[in-house]
Amino acid sequence: MDLHTLTAHELAEKIKSRDVSARAVTDAFLARIEAVDGDVKAFVTVTADRARETADAVDRRLAAGEEVGPLAGVPVALKDNLCTEGVETTCGSKILRGFVPPYNATVVDKLLGAGAVSLGKANMDEFAMGSSTENSALFTTRNPWDLSRVPGGSSGGSAAAVAAGEAPLALGSDTGGSIRQPAAFCGLVGVKPTYGRVSRYGLVAFASSLDQIGPFARNTRDAALLLSVIAGHDPCDSTSVPRPVPDYRAGLNGDVRGLRLGVPSQYFAEGIAPNVQAAVLQAVELLESLGAKVETVSLPYTEYVLPAYYILAPAEASSNLARYDGVRYGHRTTGARDHIGLFEKTRDEGFGAEVKQRIMIGTYALSHGYYDAFYLKAQQARTLIQRDFAACWQSGIDALVTPTAPSVAFGVGEKADDPLAMKLSDICTLSANMAGIPALSQCCGFSEDGLPIGLQLMGPAFSEETLLRIAHAYELATDWHTRRAPL
Amino acid sequence: MPEYETRVGMECHAELLTESKMFCGCRNEFGGEPNSRTCPVCLGLPGSLPVMNKKAVEHVVRTALALNCTISLHSIFHRKNYFYPDLPKGYQISQYGNTPIGTNGWLEIERADGTTKRIRITRVHLEEDTGKLIHSDGAGYSVVDYNRSGVPLMEIVTDFPPDIESAEEARLYAETLRSVLLYLQVSDGKMEQGSLRAEPNPSVRPVGSDTFGVKTELKNLNSFRSVQRGIEYEAKRQIEVIEGGGRVVQETRGWDDDKGVSFSQRSKEVEQEYRYFPEPDLIPLDFDVKWLDSLRESLPELPNEKKRRLAEQYGLPASDAAQLVLERETADFFEAAAKGAKDPKAIANWMLGDLARLANAESVPVHATQVTPGALAGMVGLIESGAITGKIAKSVLEEMVATGKTAAQVVEEKGLTVSGADEVAGIVANVVAANPDVVAKIKAGNDKSIGFLVGQVMKESKGRAKPDDVNRLLKDEIAKQ
Ligand SMILES: [Zn+2]
Repeated sequence: MDLHTLTAHELAEKIKSRDVSARAVTDAFLARIEAVDGDVKAFVTVTADRARETADAVDRRLAAGEEVGPLAGVPVALKDNLCTEGVETTCGSKILRGFVPPYNATVVDKLLGAGAVSLGKANMDEFAMGSSTENSALFTTRNPWDLSRVPGGSSGGSAAAVAAGEAPLALGSDTGGSIRQPAAFCGLVGVKPTYGRVSRYGLVAFASSLDQIGPFARNTRDAALLLSVIAGHDPCDSTSVPRPVPDYRAGLNGDVRGLRLGVPSQYFAEGIAPNVQAAVLQAVELLESLGAKVETVSLPYTEYVLPAYYILAPAEASSNLARYDGVRYGHRTTGARDHIGLFEKTRDEGFGAEVKQRIMIGTYALSHGYYDAFYLKAQQARTLIQRDFAACWQSGIDALVTPTAPSVAFGVGEKADDPLAMKLSDICTLSANMAGIPALSQCCGFSEDGLPIGLQLMGPAFSEETLLRIAHAYELATDWHTRRAPL
Repeated sequence: MPEYETRVGMECHAELLTESKMFCGCRNEFGGEPNSRTCPVCLGLPGSLPVMNKKAVEHVVRTALALNCTISLHSIFHRKNYFYPDLPKGYQISQYGNTPIGTNGWLEIERADGTTKRIRITRVHLEEDTGKLIHSDGAGYSVVDYNRSGVPLMEIVTDFPPDIESAEEARLYAETLRSVLLYLQVSDGKMEQGSLRAEPNPSVRPVGSDTFGVKTELKNLNSFRSVQRGIEYEAKRQIEVIEGGGRVVQETRGWDDDKGVSFSQRSKEVEQEYRYFPEPDLIPLDFDVKWLDSLRESLPELPNEKKRRLAEQYGLPASDAAQLVLERETADFFEAAAKGAKDPKAIANWMLGDLARLANAESVPVHATQVTPGALAGMVGLIESGAITGKIAKSVLEEMVATGKTAAQVVEEKGLTVSGADEVAGIVANVVAANPDVVAKIKAGNDKSIGFLVGQVMKESKGRAKPDDVNRLLKDEIAKQ
């Protein structure tokens, strides 16, 4: 039996019933990493010893008849921007090389509390800025479906790990599509929760008002389980919302009858590949045949999403990344004459080109005399974008269906020299972050050359249950999610 | 040379008295082993997030109310971005723009001549303190202590154009403000430890000019005296620069208290670019009107009110009342001692005179010696009843401060009660007998010479005789001769 091909639910059940030991499961995934990660390069750090220790502890609890958590013995990969006590956390950047956090992110504590076994840290675009992992200062992760292509980004390592069977589950973070776009490129379910649903404490900040942590899984039930574990109010994150967390699996009843699905015309426009459009529209038809009501809707401010996002996200980033100055942790230059020299040289050596560019854009947008024209204007646009969505929900729409990305996974190096083309690959996903609403990507078909195509669902704040229910119903009627990358 | 006038804007920072720091659970204390009170949040480690300290917010709201401010019902925080090694996040969480917690207040000061003046306050806001850079002289490096990083800090800024027109008014403003903070128990007001920092912005202009001069900002003033001296020096320096044909440079200047001079620290000619923007990691403060009302109602009696009441209720001169109310505990001590006293003014005199001197010698506030309010009242009572003289009382009080005993105990133990009339009469007889020449002079009409005999009697009685008794008995005795 190839344990690494099983879903998280299957693994959890086998472990709980002591059909297989947590240790055996962990060993199987470590072996799988050993076998394929040389090609995929999903992991930055593999914490094999810690993983085995955690798994052994789960086995001891089970042997002693003690209660175990819902993820007992289930391996998980963590994006390398989630702080892990005692384990280097690089954020894909040279500037954080050697940074070993003295604390766990809240989601990491929650995972460990649920019995999950962390396998290690997954690669990402530096500071989550990018859509391909090509901006990682360490190496580029490959798409398990086609090793010449990118896995998407910025959570490309997390997505590739799950798609390659190196982990049944992974956590990523999503500031403008960084979970959903790699989920689409790798044929997975990826959820960007409502802003405030999951604590950001311990997530190395990119853009604080847009960042959310969310799950990757090979199917909806697994994603729902992982989301149930990580969601909830955290007194350490003032922006996390005090609202009870449901078991997101409970609503997965396969029933979409009567749900009103909106298809926003602006998301099926120029720039979206025909095969992607076709696959998504086919999925919409399928959902309609399952009893959902489908209607075309309009989100008129969609054209302002990208420009507003590329002011606000860099503005916040320019401030969030100011702390990397070489004084307290991470990279420190040698031979600086004074503190200004220390800051300048450390940051020049430590940050990559994309990060520097965004820091400069953000710094400019916040500067005296430009603030009103850029930052303030972008905030106003953000309000209008939020109103677009609010009007949709007000009119009775339960969820919106769109493509996740304009195309299937592109080739490594294909867009690396074209920053605008790279940023356009986020065109469908940015709006959910700007509006703070939940969104999900799932596989809705494959291209002729066997690459996954992603469908995106977006809903009102805290409608994760509805989105997961729709995705699950779609999954029951299709078998895309059962396909495995040819590794 | 034209006549010049001085205007002073004041920026004051007060570290707030809270159990923990502003955004984390680290203890808020002064000093200690460097970096012993730090955590991921106040070290600005990647991934850490701030959580607002509610007590700090309450302290600022209460202060703003006490300073007659309008309270913003909706108040937000901003990031003030700049690079410095003592600033671990690369930005300070502060309040910028139109919605600080308090706006448009005032504080009344009383000048030495008893006249009062309102100093308008433009804003009262909440922010976090930075760490401390420690330079190693000549060793080529500096180290940073982040114990102070994230300590809640309140900023109080006077309005423009400045109402403060002299160095003395600036000192009075700072002193009065400190009193208010102490009464509210929101700050310990220790200027020498930097928990209260006054940064005056003095400028000068020829009288009659309708524009204001270029201001400089004074730092490192760690006493009220240095606030006054620093401004006096700076105003004089600015006038000399202008009269010498130069122009005053907008800059930050440090104050060297030993040398009594200010020196240039940092130019402010180029406006600093702080790239303020709303702090996305904190949610806005939305105040409930009922909560504000309850805070307003629970404000203690403030120094100015107390001063007026003490003067009126106890018949004190305004200057005594002003002295007594500087610290709340001093005023409380006075009221406890004056309660039921025949002559409250005598209590105030003793407190502001001998007791203050003795307390000062022990480096404690007047209310913190071993003398209790009751013991001081008891001592004044002994004087009033004639049991001891004022002169004896001075040494009694000294003993009380040293030992914590009551006046009655000291008098009893040392046998300091006033000598009986018989005993005094005996001494008087002896003195008169021993000084026939002086007696002769007095009899010849030289009344002043009686002073010598009084002195002799007091000396013999070791001060325990009442001067009135001595005078009367001497006259009787001389008349007998
Ligand atoms: Zn702390």
